[in-house]
Amino acid sequence: MPPRPDARPGAAAPARPRPRTPRARVARFTRAERWIHRTTAALMGACVVSAACLYLPQLAELVGRRALVATVHEWTGLLTPAPTLLGLASRAFRADLSRLNRFGPHDRRWLRSALRRDRSDGARPAGKFNAGQKLYAASLSGAVLVMAGTGLLMWFTGLAPLVWRTSATFVHDWLAPAVVLLLLGHIGMALGDPEARRGMRTGTVDRVWAAREHPLWRTDGDGEDTRAN
Amino acid sequence: MDRNTGAAEHPSADPDTADAGATERGADASGSPVGRRVILGMLGLGAAGMAAAPWLERRLDTVLAAAADKDPTGVTGLLPGAGGFRYYSVTSSVPHKDADSYRLTVSGLVDRPAGYRLADLRALPQHRIVRDVQCVTGWRVPHTSFEGVRLATLLEAAGVRPGAGAVRFTCFDGAYSESLTLEQARRDDVLVALRMRDEPLGHSHGGPVRLYVAPMYFYKSAKWLSGIEVTREVRPGYWEHRGYDVDAWVGTSNGRDDAPTA
Repeated sequence: MPPRPDARPGAAAPARPRPRTPRARVARFTRAERWIHRTTAALMGACVVSAACLYLPQLAELVGRRALVATVHEWTGLLTPAPTLLGLASRAFRADLSRLNRFGPHDRRWLRSALRRDRSDGARPAGKFNAGQKLYAASLSGAVLVMAGTGLLMWFTGLAPLVWRTSATFVHDWLAPAVVLLLLGHIGMALGDPEARRGMRTGTVDRVWAAREHPLWRTDGDGEDTRAN
Repeated sequence: MDRNTGAAEHPSADPDTADAGATERGADASGSPVGRRVILGMLGLGAAGMAAAPWLERRLDTVLAAAADKDPTGVTGLLPGAGGFRYYSVTSSVPHKDADSYRLTVSGLVDRPAGYRLADLRALPQHRIVRDVQCVTGWRVPHTSFEGVRLATLLEAAGVRPGAGAVRFTCFDGAYSESLTLEQARRDDVLVALRMRDEPLGHSHGGPVRLYVAPMYFYKSAKWLSGIEVTREVRPGYWEHRGYDVDAWVGTSNGRDDAPTA
């Protein structure tokens, strides 16, 4: 780790054996990544809420305005992948996507422990993202793509023969509750971990938290990444 | 499990050693691209679901119909394809009308414009039709009874003038409209419906009075009917301005091939 601007030589040095104080907080997400998360969450949220207003009879009766709600649903749904695609311009984001993609032996260990509800020390090794987060990211991405594809078939009725449209409706309708379950799980996990939320809100996390939850995460290297973007 | 990247994997027990030889992505620098496989797998599942949908849908219809019979909570009604009506309104709220406040006007190219109260409509000859209801968005409710006055009866009473070619319907939700050709409007399976499933038509089903056009997709059966206007030509209604077919025969319009309902 190269010297940092805040590690002024001499500031705290006399009392300490180490030359520098390790920072208490480590960078986890860049500004670009946090905005990708925020905009995706807003689009996804509007898409799910408008879907509920179209689909659930009680809400449909309360809200009405079917043409407007349908338009909101179509456009927010279509645009949900957009922040991710635009985000590919960010090096830090690309690096995190690459981390999410790769499964090492530690991820298999994490999954085995999670399935056995094993929370003992060292039972759940994880890099910057644990295996659960990786599976969540990949399955939600796949689901969003399937929802977008089937949604487009229903939206532009001239795209494909009718059988396709009926089948697309079927897949869209049944994948929707699965997506909602995934999102509820994601939000539930975040609600249970204030430091994880702080990481997404402010960009930094407590070093102790990082060492406990993501022991294999090379936070120093990330510090470089995040500053580069 | 794919181990082709195994050479680059490192023991997770000692991240510091591992990191020394890895890139700045640390423990996640290598390993199988499981994320990509999961995404591709989801796309494959989606495609497989599309292919299997016609068969799956038939099977599920049977299972869900059976489950719904034994379900006091009504939760199964929220599942896709569980049957039943869905509430669609194009406005934010719809006023409630009862026997006192409800009026149905008949106007346009007629000799005797008229206004009907609910009691007036009830006093006319009633006809009961039992058919499937088919929505253009796909849902279908089998064997649903509608009961009311034939539209032809009201048109005859008003005396349609020569030159008239169509009938336009307006609704007291303030926004919805529909149209039929005069020939379609005179069919004996087109009702001004007062009852559904042998009960007075409730508000959420378009009560107290709705149109019922048995052979067409259900968007033609305008809810909350308040006006019947005889016109020279068909004027496209609310959804028809938004791309739906004006001649909405079930099974031969809107690019769909559902079994005809009449």
